[in-house]
Amino acid sequence: MTFRRPARRVLIAAASLSALTLAAACGGGGGSSGGAPSSAGASGGGADLTKQGDTEFWAGKDTTGVGHKLVDMFNAQHPNGKVTFHELPDNADQQQQQMIQNTQIKNPKMGILSVDVVWTAQFAANGYIIPLPTDQFPTDQLLKPAVDAATYFNKLYAYPNTSDGGLLYYRKDLLQKAGVSKPPTTWDEMKADCTKVQALPEGKGVDCFAGQYQKYEGLTVNFAEAVNSAGGVILGPDGKPNVNTPEATKGLDRLVNFFKDGTIPKGAITWQEEQGRQAFQSGKLVFHRNWAYVYSLANKTDGSSKIAGKFGVAPLLGESGAGVSSLGGHNYAIAANADAKGTAADFIKWSSSPETQKTAFLASTNAPTLTSLYTDTEIVKKYPFMPILLTSIQTAAPRPKAVKYSDVTLAIQDAAYGALQGQTPSADALKTLQDKLTTLTQ
Amino acid sequence: MATTTAVGKTPVAVPDDGHKHKKNALSDGQGRLAWLLLAPTLLIILVMAGIPVVMSIRESFFANTSKPDPNTGLIKQGESFVGFQNFSQIFKGQNQVQGSWGTIDRFWNAFFNTTAITIVCVILETILGIAMALIMAKAFRGRGVVRAGILVPWAIPTIVSALMWKLIFDEAGVMNKILGAHILWLADTGASFWAIIIADTWKTAPFIGLLTLAGLQTIPAEVYEAAKVDGATAWKTFLRITLPMVKPTLVVAVLFRTLDTLRMFDLPYGMIGPGKYRVETLSVFSYQEAVAVRYGSAAAYSIILFIYVLLVASLFVKVLGADVIGDSAPKKSKKKKKDQEAETAQVPALEQVGGAH
Repeated sequence: MTFRRPARRVLIAAASLSALTLAAACGGGGGSSGGAPSSAGASGGGADLTKQGDTEFWAGKDTTGVGHKLVDMFNAQHPNGKVTFHELPDNADQQQQQMIQNTQIKNPKMGILSVDVVWTAQFAANGYIIPLPTDQFPTDQLLKPAVDAATYFNKLYAYPNTSDGGLLYYRKDLLQKAGVSKPPTTWDEMKADCTKVQALPEGKGVDCFAGQYQKYEGLTVNFAEAVNSAGGVILGPDGKPNVNTPEATKGLDRLVNFFKDGTIPKGAITWQEEQGRQAFQSGKLVFHRNWAYVYSLANKTDGSSKIAGKFGVAPLLGESGAGVSSLGGHNYAIAANADAKGTAADFIKWSSSPETQKTAFLASTNAPTLTSLYTDTEIVKKYPFMPILLTSIQTAAPRPKAVKYSDVTLAIQDAAYGALQGQTPSADALKTLQDKLTTLTQ
Repeated sequence: MATTTAVGKTPVAVPDDGHKHKKNALSDGQGRLAWLLLAPTLLIILVMAGIPVVMSIRESFFANTSKPDPNTGLIKQGESFVGFQNFSQIFKGQNQVQGSWGTIDRFWNAFFNTTAITIVCVILETILGIAMALIMAKAFRGRGVVRAGILVPWAIPTIVSALMWKLIFDEAGVMNKILGAHILWLADTGASFWAIIIADTWKTAPFIGLLTLAGLQTIPAEVYEAAKVDGATAWKTFLRITLPMVKPTLVVAVLFRTLDTLRMFDLPYGMIGPGKYRVETLSVFSYQEAVAVRYGSAAAYSIILFIYVLLVASLFVKVLGADVIGDSAPKKSKKKKKDQEAETAQVPALEQVGGAH
């Protein structure tokens, strides 16, 4: 049989198939070509924060239900303008994308943005959010690292609402059995303690330590902690990259060697927070680096955790003394194109009041940003690790404050992941990273 | 099953032997009516495909090249025309990454990944798909159950199967338990590549199987009986009868799979995750560019992918003679040798598929 070859028609068919790809990539592009700077508030701190009216609170998925609760509480006592909770996906990239797209179409209803600490520079530099006047938004009661992370070019762009710091969870029972009375303070001590625990019959098959090493934002957090804890930096105080240093190499080498000698189990290269938590909860780890949320879950006595009541919390580890945590958390900002900026400002102020923060914390265990709450008797009674968390946050280092954060974090992950998998020596990985960061922070 | 759709779509206007139609008022009226009836469809195509494509092409020549102001840190918004910069940057090698192909530019890494995944997947899927079709075509007890079972993977949305396979390929997951090994599928290793291949083959081999089955059912039983009488072995029968006769359908099925696999996004993104250079495809890469608010280069890379898909499609048509739209009917001007006899027997492949995919 011979067949005719209707090439043109086929090409048309292929073209329409592929059109979807293009349409997807087109996204929200091309919105604001050739215009002047789009935000009114970008020029100075002079945005009008008086206009009341209905507005929307844009935040990620409300897994604990506390977001809806707070919005309802606010509306009950704020008759001039109602706030609606606009719930975004769980995924941080998608949250960011929707906020950016709605800025580009100048959505006037998008009022309050729940901004991840690492987005501050990007959102501020592009004028997606407006600077907040410090007379209305005082920062002296708040945790300093959280305020620093929300500040860009000496202006406060977002009001710190929740914070977070890394904690070292450890198996109190196993350490006691092995004759260790205090949790370790340095990496070397931790390794020595592990050797003792693993010599016990209960310690058979238990791995020593793990954090988050899958290639995602958590890897950036853990890499930054290793580097900062060894006295290195990623970006120097002047905002210029300075990661190709002996200190940074030492920090990264720590993790690399832990993977090599089995201190960190091999599989941890694919772990995010949840896989690590599950390993720790099922008794497969002696030490575990994670956020504050793990505490109540690991203490559950419904059978989901095998180690309820058997673990303790300590500060992160370093080369000689306590380590430096990476800072987490979300801050509230006012969208540049918001119509009812007054209501938005009222909501942000109200959310930061001690009463609201306390309610929110008790319902969600997202760490508060008001220093006073860390010594509140009711809170400390329920969460005895609060003083340690406070130290962790107060000594925390922010992740690189970069306008092109998504590129910066990917470059960091490239370097760290290659080194941890043994594909690149740490020094080479950091040299490449230094070059990439230099281009990205120009 | 799929062949039944061909009945309803048989063209009303029977092509004559190549002579021009007589002009008359009736046919003119039909032309106008045809336009009128087609107008909603054309409008939708224009809005859903035409305008986005044109906008994408325009977007691919724009970029925001401003740098932060040294005093305020603010960036001037808006994009400016940058010519072919978004396209030419793929040759500058400024974005080197380390993947399966050594340390090369991220675009080319994604390009080679896409090509490699497509070639391996389509070959495996074709082999498995034909095997499935042969099984489904056999008459035996429980045939319905087997048919339904084979089609289940195809019915599951890709992103769902991506998450499902993510659990299976977990470091402590089922796959490692079965293999008794400790393979890090979800890291960025050579195993990640094969994890994608396995998941995609599992999901889409049934598609090829289904289309091939439709083709198999058009083969008349007499041909097989004749082969039996002549004493042909099963293998010979398959090679000399089944394969050639099912070829028109099979080629179209393979073409669709190829075009689809070239655009693969869900599996690498949902299962292995973004930023994994051993499995990053062109679609994932251009999506990541869009996430990084570089719509210009995102559009440019999509257009390159679009052209690539176009080239592969035309190659298929040239080399394998895929008949996608089913216009095997002779064109008015050119009469080709003795096509007509072949055409009458041939059901246009797209109609066998049951419309567009």
